Amino acid sequence: MTPILTVQDLNVRIAGQQVVEDVSFDVAAHGVTALLGRNGVGKSSTLKGLLGLYERSGEVTFDGTRIDKLMTHRVVQQGIAYVPEDREVFSQLTVAENLRLAERGGAPQRALVDELFPELRQRANQQAGTLSGGQQQMVSLSRALMNDNQLILVDEPTKGLAPLIVGTVTEALKKAAEITPMLLVEQNLQVVRDLAHTVVVLSGGRVVHTGPADEFLDSDLVQRHLGVSSDGKAAEGLDEEPAEKADGPASSTEAKEDDT
Amino acid sequence: MSAVILLLITGVGLGALYFLVASGLSLIYGLMGVLNFAHGSFLTLSGFLGWEVGRRVGDGSWAGLLIGMAVGVLVGAGSAALTELVFIRRLYNRHIEQVLVTVGLGLATVALFEGIWGSDPIQIKSPGWLSRTTEIAGVHIPNDRWLLIGAAVAVLLLIVLFLQKTSYGLIIRAGVENRTMVTALGIDVRRAFTIVFAIGGAAAGLGGVLASVYYGQVSAHQGTSLLIYAFIVTVIGGLGSLSGAAIAAVIVAVIQQFANYYFGAGDLAVVLLLAVVILVRPTGLMGKVKH
Repeated sequence: MTPILTVQDLNVRIAGQQVVEDVSFDVAAHGVTALLGRNGVGKSSTLKGLLGLYERSGEVTFDGTRIDKLMTHRVVQQGIAYVPEDREVFSQLTVAENLRLAERGGAPQRALVDELFPELRQRANQQAGTLSGGQQQMVSLSRALMNDNQLILVDEPTKGLAPLIVGTVTEALKKAAEITPMLLVEQNLQVVRDLAHTVVVLSGGRVVHTGPADEFLDSDLVQRHLGVSSDGKAAEGLDEEPAEKADGPASSTEAKEDDT
Repeated sequence: MSAVILLLITGVGLGALYFLVASGLSLIYGLMGVLNFAHGSFLTLSGFLGWEVGRRVGDGSWAGLLIGMAVGVLVGAGSAALTELVFIRRLYNRHIEQVLVTVGLGLATVALFEGIWGSDPIQIKSPGWLSRTTEIAGVHIPNDRWLLIGAAVAVLLLIVLFLQKTSYGLIIRAGVENRTMVTALGIDVRRAFTIVFAIGGAAAGLGGVLASVYYGQVSAHQGTSLLIYAFIVTVIGGLGSLSGAAIAAVIVAVIQQFANYYFGAGDLAVVLLLAVVILVRPTGLMGKVKH
């Protein structure tokens, strides 16, 4: 199946400093592709680079159209929604106003949002800044689901949430991904296991592994590239002394890691 | 007691004038992070053109004044929108260049106005009622203060209605909080920028015409001198806060009036107030914006 998004040699700079270097990967036109890596390797910067929120170069093709020269609002209007890290709801606006702001075109998908997050309807007139973290994440996800998008970029949706809420958010993401493909940045490997069919692993601002999610998560590549065991627990000393490279799954690609 | 009442009401009147200028500055900074030093030029140009049209309609008449006010609003909105489109749009997130361009524009336009209308203030005629007073509790209040207060209240209500009830108002309120996220929702925030500039310019334009009524003259330097107070009001109220600007405008003007009356040191009192606010509450009375 043709990928919905093709990223070729993407470079991202923040204030002139390169944070993502020659990153290339595809996002499948169905389900969830996870973008993984240790803290600070450039996962969020990659998403922001794709959207044009950071200075970027390289080729980004979305649904057959080059979008790497487009301004952010044009990229989004092509059909790419964004759920940012830390939710970034408009705290002074009500829940209803947050959602209204996200509506594009004449047919917002209110029914889907109501089905996934019925709680938000009751809180329509509440200021978003007074919601809990989980509720704010619901608003943030709902904004992305309001329109008939072809891709959703989701940045650490479960970060800082209580375990019960993580389950709710994961379920919502699973349902949303049945409708719209997703590129997901996530540190919680259980969530990745529940949602993703493919992983793209970044290290030092470059792609070092691409392959099926289950195979990656069951291999010791998790320790090597993420510095944690496959159950998500931190592994000692891996940052300093990477484990010997293991053979990846047959369908995976493993790039030489650059630790710069 | 009568002096206190007089100073209070005249202070509120002067505060209304400050608010008309400061409201635009505050909105523009709040949404775009632009400190617009050319804002006074919108006011001066509107004052001159409002007077030019008004005196041709009827010098010293109500019709002349009202049409002059309408011209001031249109000229202020148009010149501000043009400034945003031609100069500011290319300079977002380039703060040093913004300051250089807007300061330069402010200086150049004053020179232009002096070239056209001369450097001396031009005395203007206003409707007779505005030159008289109204007695309240034994105090004679100059009538032009009521016009200023009424205009400022109307402008405040209209801006609040626009912000609360229209889709662009929603975009502007969201943009003041998080401009990047508005863009990430697929909204071309640049249109909102132009609209905010136009609204700010319209308020300043109205302020320009009413300032000429308040001072009884129009001059090339009117905008520059009022801009200083408007910036002080904007900082004290909190950059980006419209309600903060309204409250601060009244506080600054009332303190200025009292300090002038009792100590002859109105300007000093205003600067001291600014220093205290910056030291004690750097974000201003109601400021939340971070750029």
